[in-house]
Amino acid sequence: MNVTLITGRTIKQGMVIEHKDSTMYTDANAICEFDPDDMKKLKVSEGDTVEVSSEAGAVFVRAVKSLQSPHKNIIFIPMGPWANQITSPKTDSVGMPSFKGIPASVKLAKDKKVLTYPELLKQSFGK
Amino acid sequence: MEIHTDVICPFCGTLCDDIEVHVENGRVMEALNACKLGNAKFMSMNKKNRHIVPMVRGEDGFTETTIEDAVERVARMLVDAKKPLLYGWATTECEAQSVGIELAEEVGGVIDSCASVCHGPSVLAIQDVGFPSVTLGEVKNRADLDIYWGSNPMHAHPRHMSRYSRYPRGYFRERGQQDRTVIVIDVRRTDTAGIADKFLQVSPGDDYELVNAFRTLLNGGDIPDEVAGIAKKDIASALELMKTCQFGMLFFGVGLTMSPGKHRNIDNAISLVVDLNKYTKFNLIPMRGHYNVTGFSEVLTWQSGFPFGVDYTRGYPQYNPGETTSVELLSRGEVDAVFVVGSDPAANFPKKAVEHLAKIPSAVIEPHETPTTYLCDLNIPSAIAGIEVEGTAYRMDNVPIRMRKIMDAPAGLYSDREILEMILLKVREIKNGA
Amino acid sequence: MELEIKNGVVFDPLNKVDGEKKDILIRDGRIVEKLKGKHDVIDASGKLVMPGGVEIHSHFAGGKETAGRMLRPEDGARTVYPKRNGLRSGSGYSMPSSFTAGYLYAQMGYTMCNTPAMPPLFARHTHEELGDVPIVDKSAYPTFDGNWFVMRYLKEGDPDKLAACVAWFLRATKGLVIKIVNPGGTENWGWGKNAVGIDDPVIGFDVTPAQIVKGLAEVNERLKLPHSIHLHPNNLGKPGNIETTVETLELCREVKSANARQTVYLTHAQFHSFGGDSWKNFESKADELAKYINRCDHVVCDTGNVTLDETTTMTSDGPMEYFLHNLTHLKWVNKDVELETAPGITPFIYSRKNPVHSVQWAIGLELALLIDDPFKVLLATDHPNGGPFTRYPRIIAWLMSEPYRRYYMEERVHKGAQKGSSLATLDREYTFSDIAVVTRAGQAKALGLSELKGHLGVGAHGDVAIYDIDPAQVDPSKDFKAVEKGFAKTAYTIKDGEIIVKDGLIRATPQGRTYWANPVVDHELDREMLKDVEQYFKKYYSVNLANYPVQKEYLKRGREIQIDARDVK
Repeated sequence: MNVTLITGRTIKQGMVIEHKDSTMYTDANAICEFDPDDMKKLKVSEGDTVEVSSEAGAVFVRAVKSLQSPHKNIIFIPMGPWANQITSPKTDSVGMPSFKGIPASVKLAKDKKVLTYPELLKQSFGK
Repeated sequence: MEIHTDVICPFCGTLCDDIEVHVENGRVMEALNACKLGNAKFMSMNKKNRHIVPMVRGEDGFTETTIEDAVERVARMLVDAKKPLLYGWATTECEAQSVGIELAEEVGGVIDSCASVCHGPSVLAIQDVGFPSVTLGEVKNRADLDIYWGSNPMHAHPRHMSRYSRYPRGYFRERGQQDRTVIVIDVRRTDTAGIADKFLQVSPGDDYELVNAFRTLLNGGDIPDEVAGIAKKDIASALELMKTCQFGMLFFGVGLTMSPGKHRNIDNAISLVVDLNKYTKFNLIPMRGHYNVTGFSEVLTWQSGFPFGVDYTRGYPQYNPGETTSVELLSRGEVDAVFVVGSDPAANFPKKAVEHLAKIPSAVIEPHETPTTYLCDLNIPSAIAGIEVEGTAYRMDNVPIRMRKIMDAPAGLYSDREILEMILLKVREIKNGA
Repeated sequence: MELEIKNGVVFDPLNKVDGEKKDILIRDGRIVEKLKGKHDVIDASGKLVMPGGVEIHSHFAGGKETAGRMLRPEDGARTVYPKRNGLRSGSGYSMPSSFTAGYLYAQMGYTMCNTPAMPPLFARHTHEELGDVPIVDKSAYPTFDGNWFVMRYLKEGDPDKLAACVAWFLRATKGLVIKIVNPGGTENWGWGKNAVGIDDPVIGFDVTPAQIVKGLAEVNERLKLPHSIHLHPNNLGKPGNIETTVETLELCREVKSANARQTVYLTHAQFHSFGGDSWKNFESKADELAKYINRCDHVVCDTGNVTLDETTTMTSDGPMEYFLHNLTHLKWVNKDVELETAPGITPFIYSRKNPVHSVQWAIGLELALLIDDPFKVLLATDHPNGGPFTRYPRIIAWLMSEPYRRYYMEERVHKGAQKGSSLATLDREYTFSDIAVVTRAGQAKALGLSELKGHLGVGAHGDVAIYDIDPAQVDPSKDFKAVEKGFAKTAYTIKDGEIIVKDGLIRATPQGRTYWANPVVDHELDREMLKDVEQYFKKYYSVNLANYPVQKEYLKRGREIQIDARDVK
């Protein structure tokens, strides 16, 4: 399914800023918020792993039902290393990457694992 | 038990200064008045296993080192680099930022803050068309219309509405909430939209068109039946509220700066506010994220003339966002060392920029473990500004407040400012051939 | 540390020294009669020696000053100052950055600078920034024009609490002077309105600009503050505003001065001396203001010269800046401050080809030439509003040379200046002594700091400017270019007995003092007044009272001027 990706702050993301070394960080940020209708269309249930991909790459995150809905065809991933696997580095020469309004596609990936950030960084940057 | 009153919350740009913190035996027991975000930050002071000792990456992973060794390593890295990037600065006090700027100048590097990936486009727009603004107390005392556009304060600035806009009683707004109207414009029906009087759901990427629609109607033109996914009548009725209020406010968030159009969205939004001043009093305030991202722009501007993305490689300040800002410098591989202070670019920059960061020499000053401390070659833990260290921070409306120290940092930890001063001293020693 | 400045040609008007060859001796930072032992000697033969310059009104540091810099990267890119000789780098043509501003003032021989419009809520910013302005001594003037406490006490007719409250704000903000900008107008600007006449009502407070000016002028004298009220009247920059200006000054005529000085200081008088009723028939009324000031003893003003540059206007007069923005359609910043005032900023391009701007240029000079006593009309551009302070040497040259002015009149500016002003008919030329008055002695006296500043008598600060101009050789009327060049960079600037500038180059960058006034009123009254303050803070301010006063950490080298005002009860 083709969607528009928005990334940004959530209160849960904000509450774990001092706890990035704990699983709370993954729980709060390695997620993708869906409009409930979109979830039905995709046959995705709360907690399923989904693969979100954009021009920049792809990432596995956990699907959750959005509490900020309706927002059909829009998915939301909290700012953080997961979201930034697929945000666009294009700045239009003003310093600001494209963190919102990114064309993306999403599909169910039930058997895939959502990585913790050390795993994610290792995979992406070899460190 | 010690009770600290009038404590400043070092979390978001709302910079609440009415927190009451109860401390017993070095543990924070309570942070009264704080929101969930602020409370989480104060409570995190009780975290166990806090890093005290600097860590350096070797062949077998990280090992502990002394502060002296860490300082020397950072100093050498900065001196050896042709064009180092000094990035972050939004979560430390102005006094530390000031030393950071001096350090950037001394090593001929580029200094940039999180503003470049947050409200940098707002600054560019201000430099194009201006900035009609007020302090938040003006909003509290006068505003009868508040618009939140591309901003979700219920999540990012939880007390903003109760302190300044939706709820408080003010001098000319004695009845509080009843005297005020709130409009929310967003791509999602956010929690903030839930408590608004009017919600306009703009289709993603179409904010610019919506601003244009407002301006076209305001200036006597006509618009199609639907613009940016919103019916003409809803646009017209929202505009009517703007024109006829006594004192209107536009609070805008990164929903505008990070979406397609970027600074052009803000250009246009500011122009709308300027236009509205022909009809009534109207102003705007950007919803700044980190508690002292504003302070960094202030200090850097009075010292160098420019607010972020300042390149000192030629010995004088040069400012050209798009060229001298972090994401481009990293994505294009133009910097050869990175020094991060109080920020987490490894988590918050697009992957392509982080790839370069992971390749070049890097160091970070940061109290907690983060993706950036994980990726950098050297990390120096520091005392927490605003809780263990006092100093100045600037609120989102540029009001300066002195943050209080309410507890001692664990022995062996230095403040960001102290560490930066040690590095600056060492850099000068190295440059003088000592 | 001792220093002898030998054989210079000294101009020290406060001590009636008018171009005499005289040695100046400094020990431990002060001017003394005799030196004790071995000391450095500066040979100032054939050079002009004056007390260190005193800037009485310049927007060189503070919240809106920084907002002005932020607004205009094009101004920063226009002039850059590289890091060298141990000096910090910087930028800015009309608004130099903080370190640079300190260096530039010192290079012109200035040793004290005062920033004239500090919104109390932003005082912490101002002091933080002042700490980054090296060399010069400094102070800041908090604004009271739209202060809700002031208006409340005026309405309630409680002059005692009013005085106690002003004293509290000076203490809380570490300010030196009561500054008033567009009284009442800045509060009305909270609703997009203004106050243009002195009897216009202030919305929601039931007082008038006239009451604010008179009330604060009286408070100023009851608190025995060193300076008088420092006033930017209503209606700045509008054709025909001369009437408002004179009416405003007249309000203070009967106020009794506590310190044998003026009771009202009219700042940037040029902007308040306009005739006509539109830009079409706009003309100078400098003659009318000069006549008024010549006739009375309660007014001192500064010129507010326009230097015909591209600049950045910034004042606490928000409605005026909006008005200006609507004239030019250039970018506009507004910064209303809760319960206090309303600054604004917009760039302005003064053009030699524009008749109005040319008349404004003439007015600034006319005022200086038409007011008889130079102690009553001091030199300032309201930096950066009329032009950057770096233009002072040129203004000095204009004042000293009728031919230089005539050249500008005939060749450089719009002919409208000849028709719209009397400048072409004025042949007065300032002497070096007059220049010493309008750039330092007059400022020190008007500020009430003339014990320490603005002169070279025993006990004064060892602040000296030595210019490479030989009064025996240079005829300022003819050699105006030499005068302009000579005042641009000193041969020596000495601050507290230390050589700071030599041959135009900065050699040391000490931290200057920050002066602030602390009038202490009756304790009981203070306590009563504070109850009101507490209540207003809880209800209307956006910061807590406990977080409002500027902490001592912000004054790197504070100097408190304590005043016993316990008779205010």
